[in-house]
Amino acid sequence: MVERKGIRRYIAHLILWAGIAIVAFPVYLAIVASTQEAAQIANGQMSLLPGGRFLDTYYKTIFIGTSGSTREPVGVMLLNSLVMALSIALGKIAISILSAYAIVYFRFPFRMSIFWLIFITLMLPVEVRIYPTYKIAADLSLLDSYAGLTLPLIASATATLLFRQFFMTVPDELLEASRIDGAGPFRFFKDTLLPLSRTNMAALFVILFIYGWNQYLWPLLITTRDDMQTIVIGIRKMITTSDALTEWPVVMATAVLAMLPPVAVVILMQKLFVRGLVETEK
Amino acid sequence: MQKQTVFHSRLLPFLLLIPQVAIVLVFFYWPAAQAVWQSFLLQDAFGLSTTFVAFENYVELLHQPEYFNAIVRTFAFSAAIGGASLSSALLLAVMADKPLRGVTVYRTLLIWPYAVAPAIAGVLWMFMLHPSLGVLARGLRAMGIDWNPLLNGNHAVILVVLAATWKQISYNFLFFLAGLQAIPKSVLEAAAIDGAKPIRRFWTVTFPLLTPTIFFLIVVNVVYAFFDTFGIIDAMTGGGPAKATETMVYKVYLDGLLGGNLGSSAAQSVILMVIVIALTAIQFRYIERKVTY
Repeated sequence: MVERKGIRRYIAHLILWAGIAIVAFPVYLAIVASTQEAAQIANGQMSLLPGGRFLDTYYKTIFIGTSGSTREPVGVMLLNSLVMALSIALGKIAISILSAYAIVYFRFPFRMSIFWLIFITLMLPVEVRIYPTYKIAADLSLLDSYAGLTLPLIASATATLLFRQFFMTVPDELLEASRIDGAGPFRFFKDTLLPLSRTNMAALFVILFIYGWNQYLWPLLITTRDDMQTIVIGIRKMITTSDALTEWPVVMATAVLAMLPPVAVVILMQKLFVRGLVETEK
Repeated sequence: MQKQTVFHSRLLPFLLLIPQVAIVLVFFYWPAAQAVWQSFLLQDAFGLSTTFVAFENYVELLHQPEYFNAIVRTFAFSAAIGGASLSSALLLAVMADKPLRGVTVYRTLLIWPYAVAPAIAGVLWMFMLHPSLGVLARGLRAMGIDWNPLLNGNHAVILVVLAATWKQISYNFLFFLAGLQAIPKSVLEAAAIDGAKPIRRFWTVTFPLLTPTIFFLIVVNVVYAFFDTFGIIDAMTGGGPAKATETMVYKVYLDGLLGGNLGSSAAQSVILMVIVIALTAIQFRYIERKVTY
Protein backbone atom coordinates (compact mmCIF):
# COMPACT_ATOMS: atom_id res chain seq x y z
CA MET A 1 0.00 0.00 0.00
CA VAL A 2 1.32 3.40 -0.95
CA GLU A 3 0.58 5.12 2.31
CA ARG A 4 2.23 8.18 3.72
CA LYS A 5 3.42 7.36 7.21
CA GLY A 6 3.91 9.71 10.11
CA ILE A 7 1.17 12.09 11.09
CA ARG A 8 -1.69 9.94 9.75
CA ARG A 9 -0.56 7.10 11.93
CA TYR A 10 -0.56 9.24 15.03
CA ILE A 11 -4.07 10.40 14.23
CA ALA A 12 -5.22 6.78 13.86
CA HIS A 13 -3.67 5.84 17.22
CA LEU A 14 -5.26 8.88 18.80
CA ILE A 15 -8.74 8.13 17.47
CA LEU A 16 -8.52 4.50 18.57
CA TRP A 17 -7.38 5.48 22.06
CA ALA A 18 -10.21 8.02 22.28
CA GLY A 19 -12.67 5.29 21.27
CA ILE A 20 -11.30 2.90 23.86
CA ALA A 21 -11.43 5.60 26.54
CA ILE A 22 -15.10 6.32 25.82
CA VAL A 23 -15.93 2.64 25.77
CA ALA A 24 -14.06 1.93 29.01
CA PHE A 25 -14.88 5.02 31.08
CA PRO A 26 -18.33 3.93 32.38
CA VAL A 27 -16.87 0.61 33.51
CA TYR A 28 -13.86 2.26 35.15
CA LEU A 29 -16.25 4.51 37.03
CA ALA A 30 -18.33 1.52 38.16
CA ILE A 31 -15.25 -0.23 39.51
CA VAL A 32 -14.09 2.92 41.30
CA ALA A 33 -17.55 3.54 42.77
CA SER A 34 -17.72 -0.02 44.09
CA THR A 35 -14.66 0.68 46.28
CA GLN A 36 -15.89 3.88 47.91
CA GLU A 37 -18.09 4.90 50.84
CA ALA A 38 -21.82 4.97 50.05
CA ALA A 39 -22.22 8.32 51.80
CA GLN A 40 -19.49 9.96 49.76
CA ILE A 41 -21.19 8.93 46.51
CA ALA A 42 -24.66 9.92 47.72
CA ASN A 43 -23.32 13.41 48.49
CA GLY A 44 -22.18 13.77 44.91
CA GLN A 45 -18.57 13.85 46.14
CA MET A 46 -17.44 10.74 44.35
CA SER A 47 -13.71 10.63 43.69
CA LEU A 48 -12.31 9.44 40.38
CA LEU A 49 -9.73 7.31 42.17
CA PRO A 50 -10.34 3.94 43.84
CA GLY A 51 -11.27 3.94 47.51
CA GLY A 52 -10.40 1.38 50.17
CA ARG A 53 -13.61 -0.61 50.46
CA PHE A 54 -13.10 -3.12 47.67
CA LEU A 55 -13.25 -6.29 49.78
CA ASP A 56 -16.00 -5.01 52.08
CA THR A 57 -18.30 -4.07 49.24
CA TYR A 58 -17.84 -7.23 47.21
CA TYR A 59 -18.21 -9.48 50.25
CA LYS A 60 -21.41 -7.69 51.20
CA THR A 61 -22.74 -7.72 47.64
CA ILE A 62 -22.13 -11.39 46.99
CA PHE A 63 -22.99 -12.93 50.36
CA ILE A 64 -25.26 -10.54 52.28
CA GLY A 65 -27.18 -8.27 49.91
CA THR A 66 -28.39 -4.74 50.44
CA SER A 67 -29.49 -4.01 53.96
CA GLY A 68 -32.33 -1.65 53.02
CA SER A 69 -34.75 -4.34 51.97
CA THR A 70 -35.20 -8.08 51.65
CA ARG A 71 -33.00 -8.35 48.56
CA GLU A 72 -31.20 -11.58 48.06
CA PRO A 73 -27.41 -11.58 48.04
CA VAL A 74 -25.97 -11.29 44.54
CA GLY A 75 -24.36 -14.73 44.83
CA VAL A 76 -27.80 -16.29 44.41
CA MET A 77 -28.52 -14.09 41.39
CA LEU A 78 -25.19 -14.99 39.82
CA LEU A 79 -26.04 -18.64 40.19
CA ASN A 80 -29.49 -18.12 38.62
CA SER A 81 -27.95 -16.22 35.70
CA LEU A 82 -25.38 -18.94 35.22
CA VAL A 83 -27.99 -21.71 35.20
CA MET A 84 -30.15 -19.73 32.79
CA ALA A 85 -27.34 -18.82 30.40
CA LEU A 86 -25.91 -22.35 30.34
CA SER A 87 -29.29 -24.04 29.89
CA ILE A 88 -30.26 -21.69 27.07
CA ALA A 89 -26.93 -22.03 25.27
CA LEU A 90 -26.66 -25.83 25.61
CA GLY A 91 -30.37 -26.38 25.04
CA LYS A 92 -30.43 -24.29 21.88
CA ILE A 93 -27.38 -26.09 20.50
CA ALA A 94 -28.78 -29.54 21.35
CA ILE A 95 -32.24 -29.16 19.87
CA SER A 96 -30.97 -27.22 16.85
CA ILE A 97 -28.31 -29.71 15.88
CA LEU A 98 -30.87 -32.54 16.13
CA SER A 99 -33.40 -30.75 13.96
CA ALA A 100 -30.77 -29.74 11.40
CA TYR A 101 -29.62 -33.36 11.26
CA ALA A 102 -33.16 -34.55 10.63
CA ILE A 103 -33.75 -31.95 7.92
CA VAL A 104 -30.50 -32.52 6.04
CA TYR A 105 -29.95 -36.28 6.35
CA PHE A 106 -33.46 -37.67 6.04
CA ARG A 107 -36.25 -37.52 3.47
CA PHE A 108 -39.70 -37.45 5.00
CA PRO A 109 -43.08 -35.86 4.34
CA PHE A 110 -43.48 -32.18 5.37
CA ARG A 111 -39.70 -31.79 5.59
CA MET A 112 -39.67 -28.30 4.10
CA SER A 113 -42.86 -27.25 5.93
CA ILE A 114 -41.21 -28.07 9.24
CA PHE A 115 -38.08 -26.21 8.18
CA TRP A 116 -40.17 -23.12 7.43
CA LEU A 117 -42.11 -23.55 10.66
CA ILE A 118 -38.81 -23.22 12.55
CA PHE A 119 -37.47 -20.53 10.25
CA ILE A 120 -40.45 -18.17 10.71
CA THR A 121 -39.86 -18.00 14.48
CA LEU A 122 -37.05 -15.55 13.63
CA MET A 123 -39.86 -13.06 13.17
CA LEU A 124 -41.52 -13.64 16.54
CA PRO A 125 -39.26 -12.06 19.19
CA VAL A 126 -40.42 -12.47 22.77
CA GLU A 127 -41.25 -8.77 22.93
CA VAL A 128 -44.17 -9.12 20.52
CA ARG A 129 -45.80 -12.07 22.21
CA ILE A 130 -45.13 -11.30 25.86
CA TYR A 131 -48.56 -11.58 27.49
CA PRO A 132 -49.86 -14.72 25.77
CA THR A 133 -46.48 -16.42 26.35
CA TYR A 134 -46.58 -15.37 29.98
CA LYS A 135 -50.09 -16.79 30.31
CA ILE A 136 -49.06 -20.11 28.78
CA ALA A 137 -46.04 -20.31 31.08
CA ALA A 138 -48.32 -19.58 34.04
CA ASP A 139 -50.84 -22.24 32.93
CA LEU A 140 -48.02 -24.77 32.71
CA SER A 141 -46.97 -23.63 36.22
CA LEU A 142 -43.53 -22.58 35.02
CA LEU A 143 -43.42 -19.29 36.96
CA ASP A 144 -40.43 -18.92 39.26
CA SER A 145 -38.68 -21.99 37.91
CA TYR A 146 -35.57 -22.60 35.86
CA ALA A 147 -37.71 -24.36 33.25
CA GLY A 148 -39.83 -21.22 32.94
CA LEU A 149 -36.75 -19.03 32.62
CA THR A 150 -35.26 -21.10 29.83
CA LEU A 151 -37.77 -23.25 27.89
CA PRO A 152 -39.64 -20.41 26.12
CA LEU A 153 -36.32 -18.99 24.86
CA ILE A 154 -34.71 -22.24 23.85
CA ALA A 155 -36.02 -22.69 20.30
CA SER A 156 -33.51 -21.33 17.81
CA ALA A 157 -34.04 -20.69 14.14
CA THR A 158 -30.58 -19.19 13.67
CA ALA A 159 -28.75 -22.14 15.22
CA THR A 160 -30.81 -24.57 13.13
CA LEU A 161 -29.98 -22.59 9.99
CA LEU A 162 -26.32 -22.50 10.87
CA PHE A 163 -26.06 -26.25 11.46
CA ARG A 164 -28.08 -26.95 8.32
CA GLN A 165 -25.70 -24.80 6.28
CA PHE A 166 -22.71 -26.54 7.83
CA PHE A 167 -24.09 -30.05 7.25
CA MET A 168 -24.65 -29.17 3.59
CA THR A 169 -20.90 -28.63 3.20
CA VAL A 170 -20.01 -32.01 4.73
CA PRO A 171 -19.02 -34.24 1.79
CA ASP A 172 -21.38 -37.10 0.94
CA GLU A 173 -18.41 -39.47 0.84
CA LEU A 174 -18.18 -39.35 4.63
CA LEU A 175 -21.68 -40.75 5.00
CA GLU A 176 -21.01 -43.38 2.33
CA ALA A 177 -17.79 -44.40 4.05
CA SER A 178 -19.38 -44.80 7.46
CA ARG A 179 -22.28 -46.67 5.83
CA ILE A 180 -19.80 -49.15 4.44
CA ASP A 181 -18.42 -49.48 7.96
CA GLY A 182 -21.91 -50.48 8.97
CA ALA A 183 -22.80 -47.29 10.86
CA GLY A 184 -26.45 -46.37 11.34
CA PRO A 185 -27.87 -42.84 11.81
CA PHE A 186 -26.85 -42.69 15.47
CA ARG A 187 -23.27 -43.85 14.93
CA PHE A 188 -22.79 -41.49 12.00
CA PHE A 189 -24.10 -38.57 14.04
CA LYS A 190 -22.02 -39.37 17.11
CA ASP A 191 -18.76 -40.46 15.47
CA THR A 192 -18.61 -38.28 12.37
CA LEU A 193 -20.91 -35.26 12.48
CA LEU A 194 -20.50 -34.20 16.12
CA PRO A 195 -16.69 -34.10 16.05
CA LEU A 196 -16.80 -32.13 12.78
CA SER A 197 -19.21 -29.57 14.30
CA ARG A 198 -17.08 -28.88 17.36
CA THR A 199 -15.82 -25.43 16.42
CA ASN A 200 -19.25 -24.39 15.15
CA MET A 201 -20.76 -25.46 18.42
CA ALA A 202 -18.12 -23.64 20.45
CA ALA A 203 -18.57 -20.40 18.49
CA LEU A 204 -22.33 -20.62 18.84
CA PHE A 205 -21.99 -21.37 22.54
CA VAL A 206 -20.16 -18.09 23.16
CA ILE A 207 -22.87 -16.03 21.49
CA LEU A 208 -25.78 -17.94 23.02
CA PHE A 209 -24.28 -17.81 26.51
CA ILE A 210 -24.12 -14.02 26.27
CA TYR A 211 -27.65 -13.93 24.84
CA GLY A 212 -28.94 -15.99 27.76
CA TRP A 213 -27.00 -14.11 30.42
CA ASN A 214 -28.24 -10.72 29.18
CA GLN A 215 -31.94 -11.59 28.90
CA TYR A 216 -34.10 -8.94 30.50
CA LEU A 217 -37.78 -8.82 29.59
CA TRP A 218 -38.55 -12.51 29.99
CA PRO A 219 -36.98 -13.03 33.44
CA LEU A 220 -38.64 -9.77 34.51
CA LEU A 221 -42.05 -11.28 33.76
CA ILE A 222 -41.53 -14.88 34.79
CA THR A 223 -39.86 -14.40 38.18
CA THR A 224 -41.61 -12.87 41.16
CA ARG A 225 -39.59 -14.44 43.96
CA ASP A 226 -36.36 -12.65 44.82
CA ASP A 227 -34.45 -15.89 45.08
CA MET A 228 -35.22 -16.73 41.43
CA GLN A 229 -34.01 -13.41 40.04
CA THR A 230 -31.18 -13.12 37.58
CA ILE A 231 -28.48 -10.53 38.22
CA VAL A 232 -29.52 -8.29 35.32
CA ILE A 233 -33.03 -8.01 36.81
CA GLY A 234 -31.81 -7.82 40.39
CA ILE A 235 -29.76 -4.69 39.75
CA ARG A 236 -32.76 -2.84 38.38
CA LYS A 237 -34.70 -3.57 41.55
CA MET A 238 -31.82 -2.18 43.63
CA ILE A 239 -31.95 1.22 41.92
CA THR A 240 -35.71 1.67 41.90
CA THR A 241 -35.69 2.35 45.63
CA SER A 242 -35.58 6.07 46.30
CA ASP A 243 -32.23 7.77 45.83
CA ALA A 244 -31.31 8.22 49.45
CA LEU A 245 -31.61 4.49 50.10
CA THR A 246 -29.80 3.28 47.01
CA GLU A 247 -26.50 1.76 48.06
CA TRP A 248 -24.51 2.80 45.03
CA PRO A 249 -21.28 0.93 45.86
CA VAL A 250 -23.32 -2.31 46.05
CA VAL A 251 -25.19 -1.45 42.85
CA MET A 252 -21.94 -0.77 41.01
CA ALA A 253 -20.32 -3.93 42.40
CA THR A 254 -23.36 -5.82 41.10
CA ALA A 255 -22.97 -4.17 37.69
CA VAL A 256 -19.32 -5.22 37.60
CA LEU A 257 -20.22 -8.79 38.59
CA ALA A 258 -22.99 -8.88 35.98
CA MET A 259 -20.56 -7.82 33.24
CA LEU A 260 -17.67 -10.03 34.25
CA PRO A 261 -18.72 -13.48 32.97
CA PRO A 262 -19.96 -12.48 29.48
CA VAL A 263 -17.10 -10.02 28.91
CA ALA A 264 -14.58 -12.65 30.01
CA VAL A 265 -16.13 -15.12 27.58
CA VAL A 266 -15.83 -12.62 24.71
CA ILE A 267 -12.23 -11.72 25.45
CA LEU A 268 -11.04 -15.29 26.08
CA MET A 269 -12.82 -16.78 23.10
CA GLN A 270 -12.43 -13.77 20.80
CA LYS A 271 -11.59 -15.72 17.65
CA LEU A 272 -14.49 -18.14 18.03
CA PHE A 273 -16.83 -15.36 19.02
CA VAL A 274 -16.06 -13.21 15.98
CA ARG A 275 -16.38 -16.19 13.67
CA GLY A 276 -19.64 -17.31 15.22
CA LEU A 277 -21.11 -13.84 15.12
CA VAL A 278 -20.34 -13.20 11.48
CA GLU A 279 -21.62 -16.66 10.56
CA THR A 280 -24.89 -16.48 12.46
CA GLU A 281 -25.81 -13.00 11.33
CA LYS A 282 -24.98 -13.26 7.66
CA MET B 1 -29.32 -28.03 -2.69
CA GLN B 2 -29.98 -31.53 -1.40
CA LYS B 3 -27.90 -34.37 -0.12
CA GLN B 4 -27.57 -37.28 -2.54
CA THR B 5 -27.05 -39.85 0.18
CA VAL B 6 -29.58 -39.94 3.01
CA PHE B 7 -30.84 -42.30 5.66
CA HIS B 8 -34.15 -44.05 5.11
CA SER B 9 -36.13 -43.97 8.28
CA ARG B 10 -39.73 -42.87 8.67
CA LEU B 11 -39.90 -42.35 12.40
CA LEU B 12 -36.44 -41.18 13.45
CA PRO B 13 -36.45 -37.72 11.78
CA PHE B 14 -39.71 -36.86 13.52
CA LEU B 15 -38.30 -37.93 16.88
CA LEU B 16 -35.26 -35.70 16.28
CA LEU B 17 -37.51 -32.76 15.47
CA ILE B 18 -39.89 -33.17 18.41
CA PRO B 19 -38.07 -30.97 20.99
CA GLN B 20 -37.61 -28.00 18.65
CA VAL B 21 -41.07 -28.23 17.10
CA ALA B 22 -42.81 -28.71 20.46
CA ILE B 23 -41.18 -25.57 21.90
CA VAL B 24 -41.83 -23.60 18.74
CA LEU B 25 -45.52 -24.52 18.72
CA VAL B 26 -46.13 -24.03 22.45
CA PHE B 27 -44.08 -20.88 23.04
CA PHE B 28 -44.04 -19.17 19.64
CA TYR B 29 -47.02 -20.01 17.43
CA TRP B 30 -49.66 -20.52 20.09
CA PRO B 31 -48.93 -17.19 21.86
CA ALA B 32 -48.55 -15.36 18.55
CA ALA B 33 -51.94 -16.69 17.44
CA GLN B 34 -53.39 -15.68 20.79
CA ALA B 35 -51.98 -12.18 20.41
CA VAL B 36 -53.69 -11.85 17.05
CA TRP B 37 -56.99 -13.21 18.43
CA GLN B 38 -56.77 -11.04 21.55
CA SER B 39 -56.29 -7.96 19.40
CA PHE B 40 -59.82 -8.44 18.04
CA LEU B 41 -61.36 -8.63 21.52
CA LEU B 42 -62.39 -6.01 24.00
CA GLN B 43 -62.29 -6.80 27.70
CA ASP B 44 -64.41 -4.92 30.23
CA ALA B 45 -62.76 -3.09 33.09
CA PHE B 46 -62.94 -6.04 35.49
CA GLY B 47 -61.84 -8.66 33.00
CA LEU B 48 -65.15 -10.48 33.44
CA SER B 49 -66.39 -10.50 29.88
CA THR B 50 -64.92 -10.09 26.45
CA THR B 51 -66.60 -9.11 23.23
CA PHE B 52 -65.46 -9.52 19.67
CA VAL B 53 -64.87 -6.05 18.24
CA ALA B 54 -62.95 -6.85 15.03
CA PHE B 55 -60.60 -3.98 14.19
CA GLU B 56 -61.85 -1.55 16.82
CA ASN B 57 -58.67 -1.86 18.91
CA TYR B 58 -56.56 -0.98 15.87
CA VAL B 59 -58.78 1.92 14.82
CA GLU B 60 -58.72 3.31 18.32
CA LEU B 61 -54.94 2.91 18.56
CA LEU B 62 -54.29 4.73 15.33
CA HIS B 63 -56.51 7.59 16.46
CA GLN B 64 -54.66 7.85 19.75
CA PRO B 65 -52.16 10.72 19.69
CA GLU B 66 -50.15 8.86 22.36
CA TYR B 67 -49.61 5.87 20.11
CA PHE B 68 -48.73 8.09 17.19
CA ASN B 69 -46.16 9.79 19.41
CA ALA B 70 -44.72 6.43 20.46
CA ILE B 71 -44.29 5.45 16.80
CA VAL B 72 -42.56 8.72 15.92
CA ARG B 73 -40.39 8.42 19.03
CA THR B 74 -39.38 4.84 18.21
CA PHE B 75 -38.31 5.79 14.69
CA ALA B 76 -36.47 8.84 15.99
CA PHE B 77 -34.64 6.63 18.52
CA SER B 78 -33.68 4.21 15.73
CA ALA B 79 -32.35 7.02 13.56
CA ALA B 80 -30.37 8.61 16.41
CA ILE B 81 -28.92 5.37 17.79
CA GLY B 82 -28.21 3.93 14.33
CA GLY B 83 -26.67 7.16 13.05
CA ALA B 84 -24.45 7.69 16.07
CA SER B 85 -23.28 4.11 16.49
CA LEU B 86 -22.77 3.43 12.76
CA SER B 87 -20.73 6.56 12.12
CA SER B 88 -18.49 6.21 15.16
CA ALA B 89 -18.03 2.47 14.58
CA LEU B 90 -17.10 3.11 10.94
CA LEU B 91 -14.51 5.70 11.95
CA LEU B 92 -12.98 3.31 14.50
CA ALA B 93 -13.05 0.37 12.08
CA VAL B 94 -11.28 2.36 9.35
CA MET B 95 -8.55 3.26 11.85
CA ALA B 96 -8.30 -0.30 13.18
CA ASP B 97 -8.01 -1.61 9.61
CA LYS B 98 -4.71 0.22 9.14
CA PRO B 99 -1.46 -1.68 9.65
CA LEU B 100 -0.74 -0.11 13.02
CA ARG B 101 1.39 -1.44 15.80
CA GLY B 102 -0.75 -3.13 18.47
CA VAL B 103 -3.82 -3.16 16.29
CA THR B 104 -5.07 -6.51 17.65
CA VAL B 105 -5.00 -5.06 21.15
CA TYR B 106 -7.08 -2.11 19.97
CA ARG B 107 -9.59 -4.48 18.41
CA THR B 108 -9.97 -6.52 21.59
CA LEU B 109 -10.38 -3.38 23.68
CA LEU B 110 -13.16 -2.19 21.38
CA ILE B 111 -15.32 -5.31 21.03
CA TRP B 112 -16.12 -6.31 24.62
CA PRO B 113 -19.10 -3.97 25.20
CA TYR B 114 -20.99 -6.40 22.95
CA ALA B 115 -21.15 -8.69 25.98
CA VAL B 116 -22.64 -6.09 28.36
CA ALA B 117 -26.38 -6.45 28.95
CA PRO B 118 -28.36 -3.43 27.69
CA ALA B 119 -29.88 -2.97 31.15
CA ILE B 120 -26.41 -2.87 32.71
CA ALA B 121 -25.30 -0.32 30.11
CA GLY B 122 -28.32 1.72 31.19
CA VAL B 123 -27.37 1.50 34.86
CA LEU B 124 -23.76 2.59 34.12
CA TRP B 125 -24.81 5.64 32.11
CA MET B 126 -27.51 6.53 34.62
CA PHE B 127 -24.85 6.51 37.31
CA MET B 128 -22.54 8.80 35.33
CA LEU B 129 -25.27 11.25 34.44
CA HIS B 130 -27.47 11.03 37.53
CA PRO B 131 -28.48 14.63 38.35
CA SER B 132 -27.38 14.61 41.99
CA LEU B 133 -24.47 12.17 42.09
CA GLY B 134 -23.26 11.64 38.54
CA VAL B 135 -19.66 12.54 37.83
CA LEU B 136 -20.44 13.82 34.33
CA ALA B 137 -23.55 15.65 35.56
CA ARG B 138 -21.27 17.58 37.91
CA GLY B 139 -19.21 18.68 34.93
CA LEU B 140 -22.31 19.70 32.99
CA ARG B 141 -23.53 21.79 35.91
CA ALA B 142 -20.15 23.45 36.13
CA MET B 143 -20.66 24.44 32.49
CA GLY B 144 -23.97 26.02 33.44
CA ILE B 145 -26.28 23.33 32.03
CA ASP B 146 -29.23 22.46 34.23
CA TRP B 147 -28.93 18.73 33.52
CA ASN B 148 -31.73 16.59 34.89
CA PRO B 149 -32.85 13.48 32.99
CA LEU B 150 -35.26 12.58 35.81
CA LEU B 151 -37.39 15.65 35.09
CA ASN B 152 -36.41 16.83 31.64
CA GLY B 153 -37.70 14.64 28.82
CA ASN B 154 -35.10 15.74 26.27
CA HIS B 155 -32.31 14.96 28.71
CA ALA B 156 -33.80 11.50 29.32
CA VAL B 157 -33.90 10.86 25.55
CA ILE B 158 -30.24 11.89 25.22
CA LEU B 159 -29.33 9.57 28.08
CA VAL B 160 -31.08 6.56 26.51
CA VAL B 161 -29.52 7.27 23.10
CA LEU B 162 -26.04 7.56 24.67
CA ALA B 163 -26.31 4.25 26.54
CA ALA B 164 -27.81 2.43 23.54
CA THR B 165 -25.13 3.81 21.20
CA TRP B 166 -22.32 2.93 23.60
CA LYS B 167 -23.57 -0.65 23.72
CA GLN B 168 -23.98 -0.99 19.94
CA ILE B 169 -20.67 0.50 18.72
CA SER B 170 -18.73 -2.73 19.28
CA TYR B 171 -21.17 -4.79 17.21
CA ASN B 172 -21.09 -2.39 14.27
CA PHE B 173 -17.31 -2.08 14.62
CA LEU B 174 -16.88 -5.85 14.19
CA PHE B 175 -18.97 -6.00 11.05
CA PHE B 176 -17.36 -2.92 9.53
CA LEU B 177 -13.92 -4.36 10.22
CA ALA B 178 -14.91 -7.65 8.56
CA GLY B 179 -16.30 -5.69 5.61
CA LEU B 180 -13.15 -3.57 5.28
CA GLN B 181 -10.90 -6.59 5.39
CA ALA B 182 -12.87 -8.19 2.57
CA ILE B 183 -12.09 -5.29 0.22
CA PRO B 184 -9.28 -6.35 -2.13
CA LYS B 185 -6.14 -4.31 -1.50
CA SER B 186 -5.40 -4.19 -5.24
CA VAL B 187 -8.44 -1.96 -5.85
CA LEU B 188 -7.20 0.58 -3.30
CA GLU B 189 -3.66 0.40 -4.65
CA ALA B 190 -4.91 1.10 -8.15
CA ALA B 191 -6.75 4.16 -6.87
CA ALA B 192 -3.63 5.29 -5.02
CA ILE B 193 -1.50 4.96 -8.14
CA ASP B 194 -4.06 7.09 -9.97
CA GLY B 195 -3.23 9.76 -7.43
CA ALA B 196 -6.31 9.58 -5.18
CA LYS B 197 -5.59 10.84 -1.67
CA PRO B 198 -6.68 8.69 1.33
CA ILE B 199 -9.88 10.61 2.05
CA ARG B 200 -10.89 10.61 -1.60
CA ARG B 201 -10.03 6.88 -1.79
CA PHE B 202 -12.30 6.23 1.15
CA TRP B 203 -15.34 7.96 -0.35
CA THR B 204 -14.91 6.77 -3.95
CA VAL B 205 -13.68 3.21 -3.39
CA THR B 206 -14.03 1.91 0.16
CA PHE B 207 -17.42 3.37 1.05
CA PRO B 208 -19.28 2.13 -2.06
CA LEU B 209 -17.80 -1.34 -1.54
CA LEU B 210 -19.03 -1.28 2.06
CA THR B 211 -22.66 -0.51 1.18
CA PRO B 212 -23.83 -4.14 1.60
CA THR B 213 -22.42 -4.15 5.15
CA ILE B 214 -23.94 -0.74 5.86
CA PHE B 215 -27.29 -1.90 4.59
CA PHE B 216 -27.19 -5.06 6.71
CA LEU B 217 -26.18 -3.07 9.78
CA ILE B 218 -28.97 -0.53 9.28
CA VAL B 219 -31.54 -3.34 9.47
CA VAL B 220 -29.87 -4.91 12.52
CA ASN B 221 -29.62 -1.54 14.25
CA VAL B 222 -33.29 -0.79 13.66
CA VAL B 223 -34.23 -4.13 15.21
CA TYR B 224 -31.87 -3.36 18.12
CA ALA B 225 -33.34 0.10 18.68
CA PHE B 226 -36.87 -1.31 18.56
CA PHE B 227 -36.47 -4.32 20.84
CA ASP B 228 -33.19 -4.46 22.73
CA THR B 229 -33.48 -0.95 24.12
CA PHE B 230 -36.26 -2.28 26.36
CA GLY B 231 -33.78 -3.14 29.11
CA ILE B 232 -32.03 0.22 28.83
CA ILE B 233 -35.28 2.16 29.04
CA ASP B 234 -36.72 0.09 31.85
CA ALA B 235 -33.57 0.36 33.97
CA MET B 236 -33.00 4.07 33.29
CA THR B 237 -36.25 5.93 32.91
CA GLY B 238 -39.21 3.53 33.02
CA GLY B 239 -40.51 5.29 29.90
CA GLY B 240 -40.59 8.67 31.62
CA PRO B 241 -40.47 11.48 32.40
CA ALA B 242 -43.97 12.11 31.03
CA LYS B 243 -43.61 9.32 28.41
CA ALA B 244 -40.57 11.02 26.84
CA THR B 245 -38.78 7.67 26.42
CA GLU B 246 -41.78 5.39 25.86
CA THR B 247 -41.11 3.37 22.70
CA MET B 248 -43.58 1.07 20.95
CA VAL B 249 -42.25 -2.05 22.70
CA TYR B 250 -42.26 -0.33 26.07
CA LYS B 251 -45.86 0.78 25.54
CA VAL B 252 -46.94 -2.82 24.84
CA TYR B 253 -45.44 -3.75 28.19
CA LEU B 254 -46.94 -0.83 30.11
CA ASP B 255 -50.44 -1.03 28.60
CA GLY B 256 -50.67 -4.77 29.16
CA LEU B 257 -49.07 -4.87 32.60
CA LEU B 258 -50.24 -1.72 34.32
CA GLY B 259 -53.16 -0.62 32.20
CA GLY B 260 -54.62 -4.12 31.98
CA ASN B 261 -55.68 -3.12 28.48
CA LEU B 262 -54.99 -6.47 26.85
CA GLY B 263 -56.85 -5.85 23.61
CA SER B 264 -54.92 -2.70 22.85
CA SER B 265 -51.63 -4.22 24.01
CA ALA B 266 -52.22 -7.22 21.73
CA ALA B 267 -53.05 -4.98 18.77
CA GLN B 268 -49.76 -3.14 19.36
CA SER B 269 -47.93 -6.49 19.44
CA VAL B 270 -49.43 -7.44 16.10
CA ILE B 271 -48.35 -4.13 14.57
CA LEU B 272 -44.81 -4.77 15.86
CA MET B 273 -44.90 -8.28 14.43
CA VAL B 274 -45.69 -6.86 11.00
CA ILE B 275 -42.71 -4.51 11.32
CA VAL B 276 -40.37 -7.38 12.32
CA ILE B 277 -41.60 -9.49 9.40
CA ALA B 278 -40.93 -6.62 7.00
CA LEU B 279 -37.43 -6.04 8.41
CA THR B 280 -36.56 -9.74 8.31
CA ALA B 281 -37.81 -10.00 4.74
CA ILE B 282 -35.59 -7.07 3.72
CA GLN B 283 -32.63 -8.69 5.44
CA PHE B 284 -33.12 -11.96 3.60
CA ARG B 285 -33.60 -10.30 0.23
CA TYR B 286 -30.21 -8.79 0.85
CA ILE B 287 -28.61 -12.09 1.84
CA GLU B 288 -30.04 -13.81 -1.25
CA ARG B 289 -28.61 -11.07 -3.45
CA LYS B 290 -25.25 -11.47 -1.80
CA VAL B 291 -25.26 -15.20 -2.40
CA THR B 292 -26.07 -14.91 -6.12
CA TYR B 293 -23.39 -12.32 -6.76
